[in-house]
Amino acid sequence: MVTADSDAKSEARGTEQAGEVVLRAVNIAKTYGVTRALKGVNFEVRSGEVTVLFGENGAGKSTLMKILSGVERPTAGHLELDGEVIQLATTTDAVERGISIIHQELNLNPNLKVRDNIFLGRELMSVRGIDYVEQSRITREVMDRLEEPISPDTYVQDLRVGQQQIVEIARALSTDARILIMDEPTSALSTTEVHVLFKIIRELKRQNVAIVYISHHLEEAIEIADRAVVFRDGELVAKEDAANIDLSWVVRTMVGREADYDFRDEPREYGDVVLSIQDVSVYDPVSEKFPVNHVSLDVREGEIVCLYGLMGAGRTELMETLAGRDKVAGGRIMLDGQDMARRNVSERIQRGMGLVPEDRQRDGLIQLQSVGKNLSLAGLSRWVRNGLLQRGAENQRVKEQIADIGVKTAGPQAPITSLSGGNAQKVVIGKMLLTDPRVVLLDEPTRGVDVGAKGEIFSLIFKQARKGLAVLYVTSDVGEALTASHRIVVMSRGHLVTEFDPREATREDVMAAAEDSTPELLSAEAPGAHATNGAEG
Amino acid sequence: MTTTAEAEVAEKPKRFNVNLGALIMEGRALVALIIIIAIFALMNDNYLSSGNLATIAKDVAFNAIIALGMLLVILKGGIDLSVGSTVGLTGAVAGNMFQGVSLPLTDAVMYPSLWVIVVIAVAVGMLVGWINGMLISRLNLAPFIVTLGMLYVGRGLTQVLLGGTNITNELRGQEGLNNEGLFAIFASYPLGVPISAWVMIALAVIFSIILTRTPFGRWLYATGSNERAAELSGVPVKRVKTRVYIFTGMCAGMVGILQIANIRSSTADLGSLYELNAIAAVVIGGAALSGGRGTVRGTIIGAFVIGFLTNGLVIVGVSPFWQTVITGAVIILAVAMDQIQQIVQRRRADARAVAQARRESQKHDDADAAHEPSDTQKVH
Repeated sequence: MVTADSDAKSEARGTEQAGEVVLRAVNIAKTYGVTRALKGVNFEVRSGEVTVLFGENGAGKSTLMKILSGVERPTAGHLELDGEVIQLATTTDAVERGISIIHQELNLNPNLKVRDNIFLGRELMSVRGIDYVEQSRITREVMDRLEEPISPDTYVQDLRVGQQQIVEIARALSTDARILIMDEPTSALSTTEVHVLFKIIRELKRQNVAIVYISHHLEEAIEIADRAVVFRDGELVAKEDAANIDLSWVVRTMVGREADYDFRDEPREYGDVVLSIQDVSVYDPVSEKFPVNHVSLDVREGEIVCLYGLMGAGRTELMETLAGRDKVAGGRIMLDGQDMARRNVSERIQRGMGLVPEDRQRDGLIQLQSVGKNLSLAGLSRWVRNGLLQRGAENQRVKEQIADIGVKTAGPQAPITSLSGGNAQKVVIGKMLLTDPRVVLLDEPTRGVDVGAKGEIFSLIFKQARKGLAVLYVTSDVGEALTASHRIVVMSRGHLVTEFDPREATREDVMAAAEDSTPELLSAEAPGAHATNGAEG
Repeated sequence: MTTTAEAEVAEKPKRFNVNLGALIMEGRALVALIIIIAIFALMNDNYLSSGNLATIAKDVAFNAIIALGMLLVILKGGIDLSVGSTVGLTGAVAGNMFQGVSLPLTDAVMYPSLWVIVVIAVAVGMLVGWINGMLISRLNLAPFIVTLGMLYVGRGLTQVLLGGTNITNELRGQEGLNNEGLFAIFASYPLGVPISAWVMIALAVIFSIILTRTPFGRWLYATGSNERAAELSGVPVKRVKTRVYIFTGMCAGMVGILQIANIRSSTADLGSLYELNAIAAVVIGGAALSGGRGTVRGTIIGAFVIGFLTNGLVIVGVSPFWQTVITGAVIILAVAMDQIQQIVQRRRADARAVAQARRESQKHDDADAAHEPSDTQKVH
């Protein structure tokens, strides 16, 4: 749609002064049932600036973004665009007025070409049907603007996640977006891809696009911010120029108190080896590669081993193989001296090894069931007598567990969907703990979880480790790896490359080790290179 | 709001686990049932006579038994289109056994006793279900396609077994062959209630225990809601998936026996379209076709809605063509009501919220009226 007449429009946009308020939310309130998600928020977005929203899960950021992008309508208050009161009935309304949102989950159709994704639902028509030539031309134009050489004819499934994100941005720009909302845009990106994204954001700023940015990666967000806005409990509690803020200010304002960032659990004498991974490889028939390549690792009773690596390093593949979802191509998985390689998921859980998966919504929660039924699902067998569930005993234990792991909920009967991200994650972890495991496999247990809940999840893990539980824990957050583990093992391109003692290593050491791999290895062995492999060395 | 209420309910150990959400869903079907009964009772005095009620009970029972099996499949997020032809097939298998089975390589003809016939017929139903289940769970085939194929296979085999004729006289059995009594038992009325209704009641009780009191039930709901999460929680997903089809096959086999006893004949079209009636009953009863939600109670009520409606239309003399139209419309209406009800509830909640927000901003304005002339008023 960047035609001759919209060129004129973009010139008009050029005359707009950077720093001018383009969109203003006035006294916005939103209520869901009895929950008050927003309590009269005043918020403005300025052209050519990045406004970053900070806040814990449930603080109201996402609700406000849904209102700004036309997904939800406010219970009270209104929006002003260029000083004019507007009503956004649908997302299409918002897009037509130049407000676009890029969701955390990418909304692309992998089976379609880049240009068809960009024009999906608003195809350019000529007398002979869809005008592919014009669509390709505009797509190329937008890609030039982004300085990203992605061909309009590439299928989206052949792009890496970072490039897919760029396609999303291109789609927003092709609708002439003046206001671009990005919800957790970096959660699936490697460091290199984050840099590319930031370069694009700076370019967009020069073109006077107003950007609203939400992220749990606080340091990243601070780096890109021009203005910071902090939400807490549905209220906007602080506005500040980016020049005046730092990490501790953000954390302090978000949490409303000095955050307890001291997660560390002191090393001690560990027990016997519980989990011994011996020369394990995993084969991926789709990419015909080995995402996990001859990996050996021991985890002892009471020890928390952190597996650090970038997206695509093979961490998730290793975890899913340990859990029994994927088959091993070679090697042995010894649990208390018994080989588990031929056992299925439920046998491994029974023998004491369970996975807390990376994607909570997709792999962790039974959305239609209650908190209690989610908690007891993996350990049901312990309440069975004569083939029947002893529901009294089950309910009793579930209630104890809720108190024990500190899930904030109305009770075991509350729907699981009523929980915040952090609490839902505690349920997924608590479910595995109810199977009396010897070792738990945690894949990114704090992904999408706010700072407060993160600390609670760590103390929960520490408590179990002190009781003798072995923990193998995957993260792509170096800070977390350094504070929450007894030993850091770095994985890169399917191999374990090195080990660190978290008390001695620095952030830079660990990150460098994970990025360090030769380009030859990349082409020969990189797992899932088509989509998930992020690290470009 | 609901959650706290439910949490309180759960505090006390109760015999019935009251789920508010499910109750509302079933309430809708129950209201429909009451309206239907009231309308037809007013239009025709005979409608609620004991004779007619027994007829209704019988028809409802056949549908409900199939629907109970279907409920399990739908809870898993699947569908079984083959149950109707499995009813026909098990009826034909039973009929053939009453005729006598000639043993290969000899001249001997074997006449299985009545209970052997019954067990084999039900086992054939379970075998069909097992094949469906294995194809779906092991080969990852789509349930719709597999059971659609099985619908043809089952109906075709029924026709092969019957060879173009009905089996009628032989069902009576012969003295001395130990195969008498099909009608006496499977078309009887213990305590004035048709035996099929007793079977329905027994199965309803057993299925509710399975669904609410056994790990299998919990696994089934979990698998239907999120298969990947269930698998990672150690649920034997493949076994659960296979087993639900065996259950539907078993239910179909039971109905096969009950039906040939009821109509005193094994015919090639026995059980046609039963699958659709069963799906309708399950859906009217509040189950989600996407899996993970549904109850035995709802399904039984759903079967009653269809039964009372069909019978009522016949009894007040609506033409058979229009009967079909009305039945279809009621099914759509019942499901649409669920959506409408949700929309209305959401609107009401929104309206309440707006009112509350107004009250609060009023309070706010009163408190510091001096400072802040409301922006909202300025722009209006």
